[in-house]
Amino acid sequence: MTPENNIPNMNETPRPQTIPHFVAPLDETPLQATDKVDEGAAPSSLWKEAWRNLRRQPLFILSAFLILVVVLVALFPGLFSPLNPADDKCLLENSNGPAAAGHPLGFTQLGCDVYARVIYGTQNSVTVGVFTTLAVVLFGGAIGALAGYYGGWVDAVLARISDIFFALPMILGAIVVMQLPMFRSSRTAWTLVVILALFGWPQVARITRGAVIEVRNADFITSARSLGVSRFRALLRHVIPNAMAPVIVVATISLGTFIAAESTLSFLGIGLPPSAMSWGNDIQSAQASLRSNPWPLLWPSFALILTVLSFMMLGDALRDALDPKARKR
Amino acid sequence: MTHNIQIRESGADGQRPLLEIKDLAITFRTSHGDVDAVRNANFTVMPGETVAIVGESGSGKSTSALAAIGLLAGNGRVSSGQIIFDGEDITHVSEKRMIELRGNSIGMVPQDPMSNLNPVWKIGFQVKETLKANGLPSGPKDVAKVLAEAGLPDAERRAKQFPHEFSGGMRQRALIAIGLSCQPRLLIADEPTSALDVTVQRQILDHLDRMTTELGTAVLLITHDLGLAAERAQKVVVMYKGQVVESGPSLELLRNPQHPYTKRLVSAAPSLSSRRIQVAKEVGVEPVDLLAPTEVVHEKGKPDEVLKIENLKKVFKLRSGFGRSTDFTAVDDVSFTVKRGTTTAIVGESGSGKSTVAQMVLNLLQPTSGKIIFDGVDTSTLNAKELFKFRRRVQPIFQDPYGSLDPMYNIYRTIEEPLRTHKVGDKASREKKVRELLDQVSLPQSAMTRYPNELSGGQRQRVAIARALALDPEVIICDEAVSALDVLVQDQVLNLLANLQSDLGLTYLFITHDLAVVRQIADEVCVMERGKLVETGTTDSVFENPRRDYTRKLLDAIPGATLLLPPEVA
Repeated sequence: MTPENNIPNMNETPRPQTIPHFVAPLDETPLQATDKVDEGAAPSSLWKEAWRNLRRQPLFILSAFLILVVVLVALFPGLFSPLNPADDKCLLENSNGPAAAGHPLGFTQLGCDVYARVIYGTQNSVTVGVFTTLAVVLFGGAIGALAGYYGGWVDAVLARISDIFFALPMILGAIVVMQLPMFRSSRTAWTLVVILALFGWPQVARITRGAVIEVRNADFITSARSLGVSRFRALLRHVIPNAMAPVIVVATISLGTFIAAESTLSFLGIGLPPSAMSWGNDIQSAQASLRSNPWPLLWPSFALILTVLSFMMLGDALRDALDPKARKR
Repeated sequence: MTHNIQIRESGADGQRPLLEIKDLAITFRTSHGDVDAVRNANFTVMPGETVAIVGESGSGKSTSALAAIGLLAGNGRVSSGQIIFDGEDITHVSEKRMIELRGNSIGMVPQDPMSNLNPVWKIGFQVKETLKANGLPSGPKDVAKVLAEAGLPDAERRAKQFPHEFSGGMRQRALIAIGLSCQPRLLIADEPTSALDVTVQRQILDHLDRMTTELGTAVLLITHDLGLAAERAQKVVVMYKGQVVESGPSLELLRNPQHPYTKRLVSAAPSLSSRRIQVAKEVGVEPVDLLAPTEVVHEKGKPDEVLKIENLKKVFKLRSGFGRSTDFTAVDDVSFTVKRGTTTAIVGESGSGKSTVAQMVLNLLQPTSGKIIFDGVDTSTLNAKELFKFRRRVQPIFQDPYGSLDPMYNIYRTIEEPLRTHKVGDKASREKKVRELLDQVSLPQSAMTRYPNELSGGQRQRVAIARALALDPEVIICDEAVSALDVLVQDQVLNLLANLQSDLGLTYLFITHDLAVVRQIADEVCVMERGKLVETGTTDSVFENPRRDYTRKLLDAIPGATLLLPPEVA
């Protein structure tokens, strides 16, 4: 069949007649009712979908397990260490001693049990991390939500204020504030929470603002408003729940950074008072014997790294599960 | 399947098909296991022929076409069957060979003109890229020529602009220019005009027709619109649930559909229906008899004109930097009335101001001047309490069924929200009402515990209708309420709306760009063009005797409007 033969052939026979009319047998694709609701599947919300997704992620399982352990240790340190460093008399004869029976991680320069100190130090670090995050989410979230939702001058004012705080490096700001007379004499974990929250909120505010701006123009907000739902109620009932996902992710990740910040400040001697048990303090006091016996420094560092890392991994896993772009359908 | 192949071979007219799809099956690997997107698909495209694949979303029409150009998503693969392009089996060819074929043998015009041009590169650069990749001369002159051929005026200057400086129609022209720049033998056009206004759609398709005829390019047109397919293609392939259920010459298929699914499509296609209006009226309220307009007595002597719009005007201030602003008149001196129990449609292209009118009627936007009189009361004078009551009586249904339901609320909470907001009844009576509403919109009561993401677009739109009905409103404003739905689902929702109107005596203000839909549902039509009302009248009078050129242009642009159909189908 040469092309020369084809062309006249094509012109002679009008094309439509050469097109066969094919009908598939009905039993191959049984016709279904138009737009039928699938009643079989179990109902699922965004959170359920996210949970289903998370449950299968090794990263999530590992970090959740570690965090669970850390939280248990923080709540009930007595369960994990028979020795309470507060009652324990540090014996100088044990100074920089190696691991011994009942003292699995050896002794510090002052002859205190390293294991017991690491276990009991968890509480302060986790307390600071958790409560700073809570404060930051509540305050920063509220500011960000109001700025994003109302826009205009409210946004302009709030955004500038948060920019000012954002521009101050957290550690530097904390150092300055902690040196103020009112804080210098009475430092507790709560003082640290206040200071860290003071410099940590703008980040959450920014994220919330962005998320709220994205949601506030959605049709379902207009629908709610035209049902008679007031503007503020629409913010509480519809906008905030839909803007939560990125905030939760950022909060989880920053929980880790707040724990690290607590240790940094304690290490610098301006965090928790030296009498309080904390990883930062332990690392600081172990510095002196770093060359002769690095272990009293390394063990609390490992604990710190592991805790911070697990919160960051959890944040990553949550981000994957809650990312709207990864949502199916 | 063997008998299909025989039919095709005997009908092949001795000529070699340009593209032949044989028993194609495509499988996607998902987290729920393998899903067959396409099964047993068979069709051919002859050189120079236009073939349309028609089907609803999820029917596998785009997937089949993407397989032909080797652009399946990463988790998809051809699990059996063959794709033969010009005698060469390209089912599993190397990526290198596929790249050779793309562009100069098989071109592609993608669906969404808004997202398919790279926003950071100039249009001209993106055309040049294609020319270069296919080894063609790519100087500025060549680029301009390609763009000019696609019908872009002032091509040389336009080539130096960025995509955001182009309108939707112009972007689609640029994409067509890119798709055809290397003069491929087959052009795959995936819903090339679905995002565009009807008049622009017509222009672009006319242009595409002209270009492909000149070049002798075969076109594989993917569309959900049977009317458009029948008008533009010699051959139509109907796909349903991943299978080809019917294929054949387009007119024959329209006039004599064999497969029940095709029959369903043909009877639902709004663009093909000239008799649908009577059907709609039969299920809808009593037809508005112009000679005896006040015969219908309404409850409690309420005025018959439930909505009266007088000289409505809306001016937006567009910021142009440094505190300066320019005025933009979105709605200019619009007046019309809506009679109780009827449907009034506002029709216009995008940017005509029709949605702005809807927003003002809903009291979500303040008019710059003019009045909206609802049930004898000027809505701009309402105080907060009266406005709250007004909200009960006027309810909206929005276009995007994916955006208008809060994804965090399950269906029960969604439909209950208006009742709770207006403190109607106690918990038990509210639940009863929600169940009744679900029945009214023919959704199963078990849907109450579901979340919007588990429902299809049509189902969500029915939920939105149920929510709008919860407070027993008098007027419902449908802002493009069916535009985002597949033809069959659209037909279903329109019938539902018509039934509800006759049962509950509702008044609809129906905002749409689709005249075909207007014909199915509206009693009166207002045509808007650039903020101005250009024509009003009863649907029949506007459709039969359009007085304005603009209206006529809109009517002519309905795809398939000119196709003659035998009465039993039409």
